[in-house]
Amino acid sequence: MANFPILSILTFLPLAGAVFILIMRGDDAVIANGARKMALWTSLITFVLSLFLWFNFDQSTADFQFTERHEWIPGYNISYFIGLDGISLLFVMLTTLLTPICVLASWDSIQNRVKEFMAAFLVLETMMIGMFAALDLVVFYIFFEAVLIPMFLIIGVWGGPNRVYASFKFFLYTLLGSVLMLLAILVMYTNAGTTDMVELMAANFSPGLQKWLWLAFFASFAVKVPMWPVHTWLPDAHVEAPTAGSVILAGVLLKFGGYGFLRFSLPMFPDATVYFTPLIFSLSVVAVIYTSLVALVQHDMKKLIAYSSIAHMGFVTAGTFTLNVQGVEGAIYQMLSHGVVSAALFLVVGVVYDRIHSREISDYGGLVHRMPAYGLVFMIFMMASVGLPGTGGFVGEFLVLVGIFKVNTWVAALAATGVILGAAYMLYLYRRVIFGALTKESLLKITDLNAREIAVFAPLVILTLWMGVYPVSFLDFMHVSVENLISQVNVAVDAAKVVTVAGN
Amino acid sequence: MPMAEVPNLAPAMPEIFLGVSAMVLLMLGVFSNTTGNDGVLKASRMASGLGVVMLVLSLALVITVSGEKLITFDGMFVSDPFSTFAKALILLASTFSVILAQDWMEKQGCQRFEYVVIILFATLGMMMMVSANSLISLYLGLELQSLSLYILAAYQRDEVRSTESGLKYFVLGALASGMLLYGSSLVYGFSGTLSFDMLAEMFASGEEPSVGLVVGLVFIMAGLAFKVSAVPFHMWTPDVYEGAPTPITAFFSVAPKVAALALFIRVMNGPFGGLASDWQQIVIVISIASMVLGAFGAIAQTNIKRMMAYSSIGHVGYALIGLAVANEGGVRSVLVYIAIYVFMNIGTFACIISMRRDERSVENIYDLAGLSKSHPAMAAALSIFMFSMAGIPPLAGFIGKFYIFMSAVEAGLFTLAILGVLSSVIGAFYYIRIVKIMYFDKATSQTLDTPLAKPVVGVLVITTVFILGFIAFPNPIINGAEAAASVLFLR
Repeated sequence: MANFPILSILTFLPLAGAVFILIMRGDDAVIANGARKMALWTSLITFVLSLFLWFNFDQSTADFQFTERHEWIPGYNISYFIGLDGISLLFVMLTTLLTPICVLASWDSIQNRVKEFMAAFLVLETMMIGMFAALDLVVFYIFFEAVLIPMFLIIGVWGGPNRVYASFKFFLYTLLGSVLMLLAILVMYTNAGTTDMVELMAANFSPGLQKWLWLAFFASFAVKVPMWPVHTWLPDAHVEAPTAGSVILAGVLLKFGGYGFLRFSLPMFPDATVYFTPLIFSLSVVAVIYTSLVALVQHDMKKLIAYSSIAHMGFVTAGTFTLNVQGVEGAIYQMLSHGVVSAALFLVVGVVYDRIHSREISDYGGLVHRMPAYGLVFMIFMMASVGLPGTGGFVGEFLVLVGIFKVNTWVAALAATGVILGAAYMLYLYRRVIFGALTKESLLKITDLNAREIAVFAPLVILTLWMGVYPVSFLDFMHVSVENLISQVNVAVDAAKVVTVAGN
Repeated sequence: MPMAEVPNLAPAMPEIFLGVSAMVLLMLGVFSNTTGNDGVLKASRMASGLGVVMLVLSLALVITVSGEKLITFDGMFVSDPFSTFAKALILLASTFSVILAQDWMEKQGCQRFEYVVIILFATLGMMMMVSANSLISLYLGLELQSLSLYILAAYQRDEVRSTESGLKYFVLGALASGMLLYGSSLVYGFSGTLSFDMLAEMFASGEEPSVGLVVGLVFIMAGLAFKVSAVPFHMWTPDVYEGAPTPITAFFSVAPKVAALALFIRVMNGPFGGLASDWQQIVIVISIASMVLGAFGAIAQTNIKRMMAYSSIGHVGYALIGLAVANEGGVRSVLVYIAIYVFMNIGTFACIISMRRDERSVENIYDLAGLSKSHPAMAAALSIFMFSMAGIPPLAGFIGKFYIFMSAVEAGLFTLAILGVLSSVIGAFYYIRIVKIMYFDKATSQTLDTPLAKPVVGVLVITTVFILGFIAFPNPIINGAEAAASVLFLR
């Protein structure tokens, strides 16, 4: 069993499914149906395979598991090297869970070029799993960047009226950030002679170089997270993308940045991380408060949720750079719960958008009278987004705030106002959409959730509550890895201090 | 009186074979029955078919001759792994061009056997260029190539744009050749030799070169920069690309580029290798200028052939980064880059050649609107080439850029690397604009003609598979480039 390339199979299975879909021939309607079924089955099998990883994962070690290594690029010490630790495993699970849900959510809403849509989604899944599993910088970069192609097409082909602008902004913004990271990767290779991430974590770059490398990686991850002030692509992309595109964007793609900080910035450039922590804290606090206020005045449901995503990701970046166990675990937990909750919220918007074809809040009101089940589902995720105890959102926010409080009281106090603002804009949204009198002409015939939609939401509801009630089942996976990560950073920082003292 | 000693012909077998076969083809064409349209058609089909066979046989010969470094014709001609790599690429590019051309020429009604013969002669000139081991053989090869290219540009002689482009190319090209010749004579005057080996020996000693020599070197570089169409000697490129018949543009954008870049590399690292610190700064400047101008210039273009002209200027800028590095890693990166570039460009031009509506060739990028509906496979292939040219992984173009930037970073040329990646983001804009037109825009007028010609489909399949699969199997090309690069730095 040791040599069985389970992780590679998991990574490339969706790609194989995409190829199958693309070579389908026949009648349009037949192909569309076949493509939907093929995509669903492929992503479900991928999910089952990832469950196998989940149950066979050894939680007691911080080492990478299920590793595979093959010689790859000649002339350079670069190999195809993948594996999982407690942090990346959870993100892989998130990806494999959300993809079948996205496929199911697009079952009826995508009627145009179904074959291409499903293929693009499966390609996207391969890239996302590969990105989280990569243990070689170049492999990581390839998956990280390759995501641009399917996502550009998903926004541009199946998006809303302003999709061209949104897709170009998304593509060029992220590309600009990433190419600087590519240069940093090349500099790291020339300095350390390897792109093996495990070796690089022990590479100890000089503090001066670390700052440049940190900034180059920051350029890429800050755009991906997105952090204020480079967040402006996100509302556009979210609003224009089709529902499933928004779901995967909020659920998984935004996690690339936070994951990148954890995987690269912290362990590889510890001195620079400490040096730049005030910058991150300031930007995060601005993001939390500013984007919450912006969310409060939005007329467009998707835009509101997009801004709330930026605010939540502000918690993630602040928690990551606290460099203590609570903060980092909270950040990871927040990413996971946000991955589930914001994805679900976009699906919630998608449900009414499919019926009314409007995202304007003012077009709705009193939906609870016709759609009680919908109102319930919306409420659960709204509460989870607010951070109500008993939902996944609470655990992450609480841990992050505890972590920040241990480091800096002011930052904690300011970040905590974000929780209040979050409650304000979400409850306000909920009141306007769900409550009130059902007066709008267009809403009188609206129907409640159908079986397919319930099937979409059921796993997400269960997961949100599970994450809120019994977080240990997830925290146990990451615990050893996080402690290992933090001890790496602390050892390196202490070592640097000794050098400076000795130098003086 | 004793007969003159016969030189060792074996290293030059591919060239000799190609030269003889081009002349045989010319004779066959001239003496075949070309009365009436039917005869012309038959002759051109025969020439095209035989031309492909001859090019492939030359390729086979090139591969069999390869091995160690062989010098013949009194040190004028060299055959080594470097020339083998470059010749293989040139022959591949020429073969693809001839395959693509015939169908277009027939539809356009200008199918004559001569263009195949001229392509063969141009290819022969290019092979001479990359095997040149003295300034004389360099010039001979270059001129055989250039004169053939001038004729090819003006090949559609009853169309104004084509004749104009041919004339423009000729006038500017002759000027560049003049500069190159003037530079060579200065070098000869101040050094007393034309041989690359002796020049290399002279400069290897490390003594300060005389001013006249440096001036001569600059003139040679100006001539070569013109041939690779690097800024500021790029002015001819958009006009010639636009005016020349499309399959000829396809040929221009690959084979002569490979030959001229290979020649540039050999001249700079061979005879003038000792002067690297002098010429490096010039290459850095023209590389930056080419990347930036290529990226910005292409944004405003709506004619796809002009856009590809600016794109090729930009790509030459990237390739020149590898030359500016002036070491083995740099040369290897250029070779990897142009190998991938050949496939991307041939694939792209296979699509451009297929842009026909109502039996007429169209060249505006907005004619591609709605292509993803009418020609899904072609649209997918063209998108793959566009993303690859923009350097987006996992496509082959990324690996090319990766090697180029890696060599720059290793050599500490950070400014060049940073400007390179930034201009690649700007360049990405116009590449993805093509994707946008094909996939996001609604078709405005009627669609392009279907179906594509069979040879074009074949070329598209080969190039697409190459671009997609390169990431998984990079070894053959990169190991070849490795061997080719190392031979230049054997001292």
